Amino acid sequence: MLSPVLCSDLAVLEPDYTEADVISTVEFNQTGEFLATGDKGGRVVIFQREPQGEYNVYSTFQSHEPEFDYLKSLEIEEKINKIRWLPPHNPAHFLLSTNDKTIKLWKVSERDKRAEGYNLRDEEGRLKDLSTITTLQVPVLRPMDLLVEATPRRVFANAHAYHINSISINSDCETYLSADDLRINLWHLSITDRSFNIVDLKPENMEDLSEVITVAEFHPHHCHLLAFSSSTGTTRLCDMRARALCDQHAKLFEEAVDPSRRSFLSEIVSSVSDIKFSHSGRYLLTRDYLTVKVWDINMENKPVETYQVHDYLRGKLCSLYESDCIFDKFECAWNGTDSVIMTGAYNNYFRMFDRASRRDVTLEASRELCKRRAVLQPRRVCVGRKRKETDVSVDSLDFRKKILHTAWHPKDNIIAIAASNNLYIFQDRMPTHGHHHAQQIQSAPPE
Amino acid sequence: MIHSLWMNDQMLFSCSGCVSACTLVSFSTVLGCHPCFRLNMFSKGTKRKFSDGGEEISEETLVGARMASSYSLQRQSLLDMSLIKLQLCHMLVEPNLCRSVLIANTVRQIQEEMTHDGSWQVVTEAFCSAGQSPSERLVATEVLCRSREQDAEPKLFSVISYEGCREEEVVADETLCSVSVSDAVSNVCLAGSIGQCWEKSDVETDDEALEDSRLGSGEDEEIDTEDEPSREGPKTIGQVFGTFEIKNSSPGPDSALEELFSDVDTSYYDLDTMLTGMQSAPKMGPYDLLDSLAPSHGSSSIVSAPNCRSDLNELDHIMEIIVGS
Repeated sequence: MLSPVLCSDLAVLEPDYTEADVISTVEFNQTGEFLATGDKGGRVVIFQREPQGEYNVYSTFQSHEPEFDYLKSLEIEEKINKIRWLPPHNPAHFLLSTNDKTIKLWKVSERDKRAEGYNLRDEEGRLKDLSTITTLQVPVLRPMDLLVEATPRRVFANAHAYHINSISINSDCETYLSADDLRINLWHLSITDRSFNIVDLKPENMEDLSEVITVAEFHPHHCHLLAFSSSTGTTRLCDMRARALCDQHAKLFEEAVDPSRRSFLSEIVSSVSDIKFSHSGRYLLTRDYLTVKVWDINMENKPVETYQVHDYLRGKLCSLYESDCIFDKFECAWNGTDSVIMTGAYNNYFRMFDRASRRDVTLEASRELCKRRAVLQPRRVCVGRKRKETDVSVDSLDFRKKILHTAWHPKDNIIAIAASNNLYIFQDRMPTHGHHHAQQIQSAPPE
Repeated sequence: MIHSLWMNDQMLFSCSGCVSACTLVSFSTVLGCHPCFRLNMFSKGTKRKFSDGGEEISEETLVGARMASSYSLQRQSLLDMSLIKLQLCHMLVEPNLCRSVLIANTVRQIQEEMTHDGSWQVVTEAFCSAGQSPSERLVATEVLCRSREQDAEPKLFSVISYEGCREEEVVADETLCSVSVSDAVSNVCLAGSIGQCWEKSDVETDDEALEDSRLGSGEDEEIDTEDEPSREGPKTIGQVFGTFEIKNSSPGPDSALEELFSDVDTSYYDLDTMLTGMQSAPKMGPYDLLDSLAPSHGSSSIVSAPNCRSDLNELDHIMEIIVGS
C-alpha cells in the first residue's frame, strides 16, 4: 500500500488564481515519463520526469480557444475535458485533447540541433545577395538549447451536437472514440472529415430523454470492446463485431437497488461519473457519487467489490442536491498492478483502497499541510462526536474543495492529484508490502 | 411502493396509499415490517399501545398523520427545488444536459408518486379552475400573488426550509408575477397549455403566427387540461428538452432545414428579454441571473415579495414557475 511522500508541489505560487487556471484533466502517458494536465483556459501543460524523480514543466501550449457558434448563439468553452496520450511509435509524442466540441491531435517534439551554414540564406534567414556567394558549403548541424514544440496535426471537428465528455484510444492504435451526452463516434486518427456513429441514445422525441452517456472507454486489449456508463447508473459493454450500431449492449452492469433504501435522489446518486478498465482488462472500475465499484466483466448483476468513498454524506444528500454538489463528477484510477484503487472526495481529500487487504486511507492534498518530503497523515471524517483530536467533523468539510481529477502512474507508485489550480504529485519511494515508512527523498529545488 | 426521504439525519418511510393502516403498526420496531414506519426523532420512545382506547388511536393516528404530512412537505420541498433548478436551467444559455436530465427524472418520480397519492390531481385541478381566457388567468395569477386566497388543500407548504432556495424563489416569483401581468402577449402560455404551446411554436416560424397559435391553443386547451392533469408534468419537462432540441439539434445534412427554423424561436428570446432585460449578457449562471434581477425591481415589489411569498401555496408556486418558462 502506498505510503505517500510529497514529491513535487507544482502549484502556482500566488494564492489568488483565475478560473482559467483550474485544472480540468490529468493524464500520465504510457511510460509514465510524461504527465499532461489541461485547464479551463484551454492550455495543456506537460511535465516530464527528471532522472531524480521530480516532475518539471516540459511544454506548455494553448490547445483550444474559446469559440462562438454563431448559428446557435452559444459560446463554446475552451476548457479541456480530456487528454489521452497515443502509444509511442516515434521519438515525438502525440496526444489527443478535447474541449466540448472539438478534438485535436497534438505532436510534441523536441529539437536540440539546428542547421547552420545555408548557402542562400544568412543566419537570420534573410536572402543573401547572390553576387556575394563565391563558394558552396554544406550546412552542418550544431547543438542548440532544447526546444519543445507542440504542433496541431489534426483537428476533428463538427461531429458532436452535445458536449464531449470522453475520448479513448483503441488498442489498435489507429482508431479512437469520442463520446458526448448522447452519442459515441468512432474516428480514425488520420481522417478528420469523417467519423462513424456507433452508439446513439438520442430518443425520437427529446421529451422522452431520461438517460445520457457520462463516460466511454475502449477495452485496453480487445479492440472490439468498449464500455460506456450512463446517468441512470448502468454501465454497458458493447462489442463492435456484433453490429455497426452498438445501441444493443453485449453486457449490462447494473446493481439492483434495495427498494427499501430507494429515495428520490437515488438515481442521481447512482449516476456513474467515471469508468476505468483495469490494466489486465478483466475488471471495470465505476465511480458513482458515494461509492467505487469493481466489476468483473464476466458478471453483470453485481460488482465484485464495493467501496464506500464518503458514506457520511448519505445523510446530507438533500443539501448537496440543493448546492448542486451532488452533480460533481469524480474520477477514479487503478494502480499499475490493479491492486489499489484511488478516487477523490471533498475537502481536498482523496481515498485509496487496497483490494487485497481491504484497507483504505484518506489523505489530504493541501498546501498548508503538505510540506516537501513530508509523509501525509491519514485523515478521518466522523459523523458524530470526534473520537480523536485529528478527526474532522462532516459538517466542517469544505465542499468547494473537491478533488475530481486524479491519475496514477502506469507502473510506479506515483500519483497526480489536481485540486483546483494546484497539481500535487505524491510518490512512494520505498514501497514495501504491508509497511509504512516515513521516507525522505532528495527533491529538486522548489519552483 | 416504499420511498424514503433522507433529511438531515432523519429517515422517513411512507407507504403510499396506506397511511391509515400504518399508524397501527408498532412504533418501536424499526425494520422488517411491511408496511413499516421508521421512527421519527420526536416519536422515538412511544410505546406500543393496544388500540382499543380512542385516545391511543388518535394519538398514533396523529403522529402517523404528522409523519405523513411531514413526508409530503419534504417531498414538496424537493419538488419545488427541482422545479426551480429546471427553471434556472432553462434560463441558461447552454444548460448542462446531464444535470437537467437527472433533475427532470427526479421531478418525474415525485410527480408519479404524487399522482398515485392523488395529491397531484388536487394540484392541477386547482390550476384549471382559475379562469377561462388566458389573460384572465394571468390576472388571476397576479391577484393570487398579491392577496390571500382560499384553497381546498391545506397549506402544507410554507416557505421551504432551504434558505438558499428561499431567496431564489422570492425573486423568481416576483419576477414571474410582474411579468405575467405586464405583457400578456409573449407570456401567454399557461400551465395546462404549456406543452402544446411550445410544440406549436417550434413548428411556426412567423412571429405573429407564433403568438396567435399560442393564444389560440391556450384557449383551446383549457378545457382539456382538466382531463389530463398528469400530462402537465411530462410536458413541463418536455419544454426543457424541447429547448435542448432547438439549441442542440444535430448538424447532419438532413437536419439543415431543422437548423434553419430551429433558432427562429423568438418567443423564447422575447421571454428572455422580459425576464432578464439582459439579452446582451453572453453567459449567465443561475445565481447571477437572480442577483441581477433583484435590484431591477422597485423596492415596493421587494417589500411585497415576502407577503406574496407567504400567501402563495404550492399550487401557485408551481404555476409561477411554469408560467415563467
